[in-house]
Amino acid sequence: MDLSLIIMQLFSGIALGAVLVITALGLTIVFGMLGVVNFAHGALFMIGAYAGLYLASLTGSFWWGLLLAPVLVGAFGMLIEFVLVRRLYGRSIDDPLLLTFGLSYILVEGVRIVFGSDGIPFPTPSQLIGVVDLGVGFFPKYRLFVIALVAVVLLALWLMLEKTRIGLIVRAGARDPQIMRVLGVDIGKVWLAIFGLGVGLAALGGVLAGPMRSVNPEMGTLVLAEAFVVTVIGGLGSIVGAVVAGLMVGICISMVALFAPEMATIVMFALMAAVLLVRPQGLFGLKGRA
Amino acid sequence: MPSYETKLQRAGISRRTAVMGMSAGIATLAMPRLGRAADDTIRIGFPTPLTGPFAAEARDQVKCAELAVKLVNDKGGIAGRKVELLVRDDKLNAGEAATRTLELIEKDKVHAIVGALSSAVQLAVNEVTRARGVIYVSISQSDTINEVKDFSKYTFHEALNPHMTTAAVARQTIKKGMKVAHLAADYAYGHEMLRGFKRAQAAIGAESVGEILHPFGAADYSTFMPRLMSLRPDVLCISNFGRDQANAIKQAVDFGIKQQMKIVVPVILHNQRLAVGPDVFEGVVGGANYYWGLETQNKTAAEFNKAYRAANGGAIPTDYGAYGYSGVGSLLQAMQAAGGTDTDKVVAALEGLQYDLTKGPQHYRKCDHQSVQSVLVLESKKKSAMANDNDLFAIVASDPGADEMLRSCGELGHAT
Repeated sequence: MDLSLIIMQLFSGIALGAVLVITALGLTIVFGMLGVVNFAHGALFMIGAYAGLYLASLTGSFWWGLLLAPVLVGAFGMLIEFVLVRRLYGRSIDDPLLLTFGLSYILVEGVRIVFGSDGIPFPTPSQLIGVVDLGVGFFPKYRLFVIALVAVVLLALWLMLEKTRIGLIVRAGARDPQIMRVLGVDIGKVWLAIFGLGVGLAALGGVLAGPMRSVNPEMGTLVLAEAFVVTVIGGLGSIVGAVVAGLMVGICISMVALFAPEMATIVMFALMAAVLLVRPQGLFGLKGRA
Repeated sequence: MPSYETKLQRAGISRRTAVMGMSAGIATLAMPRLGRAADDTIRIGFPTPLTGPFAAEARDQVKCAELAVKLVNDKGGIAGRKVELLVRDDKLNAGEAATRTLELIEKDKVHAIVGALSSAVQLAVNEVTRARGVIYVSISQSDTINEVKDFSKYTFHEALNPHMTTAAVARQTIKKGMKVAHLAADYAYGHEMLRGFKRAQAAIGAESVGEILHPFGAADYSTFMPRLMSLRPDVLCISNFGRDQANAIKQAVDFGIKQQMKIVVPVILHNQRLAVGPDVFEGVVGGANYYWGLETQNKTAAEFNKAYRAANGGAIPTDYGAYGYSGVGSLLQAMQAAGGTDTDKVVAALEGLQYDLTKGPQHYRKCDHQSVQSVLVLESKKKSAMANDNDLFAIVASDPGADEMLRSCGELGHAT
C-alpha cells in the first residue's frame, strides 16, 4: 500500500466528512439551543437539494441556487417553527420529535407529487468540473470546493456565536431562557432564528450534495441517520463535537474502505458504539444532557 | 316520544331479529372479501418495491403489467374470465415481500405471482410460492433461482440472468490481455454479476486486477475511487442496481475515471441514465433486456411501444418495465393455452410456450425454466448525438436467444 494512495484516501475522507459536518451541524444547533430533535432534518436536506436545483435552473447559475436555497429553505424552517414547533416547547422531548417525524413524511410525499419519484440530474457547475492534480493523484475540483466552503461556513458560524452580541444572546438563551426573558430579550425571536439557521444548514448540505449524488425524494433518509451518528459521537448539542466527529467519521469510513470496503458503512456505527461505551455523553457533550 | 326500540316492536320486529338483520348487513358489506375466492376472476399477485431506491423501475413494471392485463381483458379475458392484477409494495425487503406474497396466496387467493425486483427479495418470494405450490414468474435477474437448490417446478425466470448479461457485455467490451477491475454491490445481485463477469473475462483471456465490494444502498462511493484508479485497469465493471448505479457512475466520472478506463455495467438502466443525465453516462456500455429504440428493427417492439404509448400518454416503456409486460404476458398466454388456472396445466403450458411479446421469440427452457431470449448491449449516447429526449442509447449488439447462452442443465444441478 503506497503512501500516495493513503493520502488520496485521506482527502476523500475529509471531503466526505465535510458533507457530514454541514448536515450534523444544523441538527446539533437546533438540539443544543432548543432541545428539539429535528427528525425532518433529512427531508429538509432533500428540499434544499431540490430548491437549489430549481433555483439554479431558473437563474441559469448554480451559484444563485447555492446562495438562495439555504436562505429560502431557512425561511421555510422559520415558518415551521412559528406555526408548528413553537407550540410544543416546554413539553417532553418526544412531542417535537413526533411532529418533525410526521413532517418529514409530508415533505417527502409532497416532493414526490410535485417532482415525481425518479431522480433528477443535478449537473456539476461548469467551473468545478474536472480534477485537480494534488501531486499524489487527481481529486475532483468540486469536492475540494465543498471542503473549502464548509470551512468558511464553520468560521463564520464560530465568529457569529463567539464574537457578536447576537451570539452572546444565543449562548445565554440556551443556558437559561428564563433569565434572558427577565433581561428583556425576546427569546422567542432567538429560537425562531436558530431553527431557521439549523434548517438553512440542512438545505446548504442538500445543495452541496446535489452535484455529487443523485437528487431524489429519499436522499435525506440516509443523511439523517449519518447526521445522528455524527451528532451522537460528537455529543448532542455540541458544535465543536459535530465538526470533530464529522471529520472523524468521514476519515474513518475512507480508511476502512481501503482495507475492508464492504465494512465502510458499518464502521460508522461501530465507532458510535465505541465512543458511547467510553463517553456516554459523546466526545464533547455535557454530562446530564445525553 | 316512543323509543327506537318500541318503534321497531310496533313494526313487528323484535330486538333479536334486528340484531340478526344487522349482522347480516355487516356480512354483506364484508362479502366482496369473503366471496372473492368463489368468483371467477383470475387474480395475479404482483409484489414490487414501490418505495425505496428501485421505485422508479418498480412503477414502470406495474404500468407494463397492467397493460398486459388490460390487453387480455379487452379481448374478453381468459376462457371468459377477467384478469385482475393485485399490486403490493414489497418495500425492497425480503421479509415484507414474503409476508405480502403469503397474504396474496392465503387471503386474496391469487392464481399466480409475478414480480419482485431485487435479487434477494425474489428468492424470498420464491421460497413462499415453492412451499405453497403457486406459480411464480420472476422478473428480476438471478442465477441461483435456476439452480437446483432454489428451483421448483413452479418457478419461472422471465428476466435475463447475470450469466447471460455479463457474457454479452464482456464480449463487446473486454479483449484478450486487458486488465479488469470490479466494483460490486455486496448482496446477491452484485455477487452474481461479479461471478458472471469473472467467468466471462477468464474465457476471453483478460486479467482481473482487483475487486471491491461496496455496501448496498451507499450514497457516497468516493472512498472507493482512489483505490480503483491505483489498480490502473483498462475496464471498470460496476455491478450494482438502481440509484447505486447512478451514484457510483456519477462519482467515478467526477474522479476522472473515464479518462483512464472504460466503464461497463451488467445492466444499463434507462431510469438511472435519465436521473443523472447524458454527460455522466456518455460512453458507458451495459446489457439490457429491452430498449424502446428496437422498434425500428423489430415488429413486436414497435407494437409493444405503440400499445404502451396509447395507455400512458405517449410515454415509452423502459427496460425493467418491459419485464412486467413479458412476465405477466407469458403467464397469461400459458393460461390461455391451458384454458384456465389449473396449476399443473399452466406449468405444462409455460414449459411448451413459444412467445414473442416485446423483442422477438422467447421460450422457457424445460430443465430450469429460464427464459431463452435475446440480450441487448447498449452504449449511452452523448448529448449531441441524441435525436430527442428519449434517444438515450445506441444498440451495440443484439445477441439472439439460444440455449448456448445459458449454463448447461447439468451444471445447474438438474437431471439431464
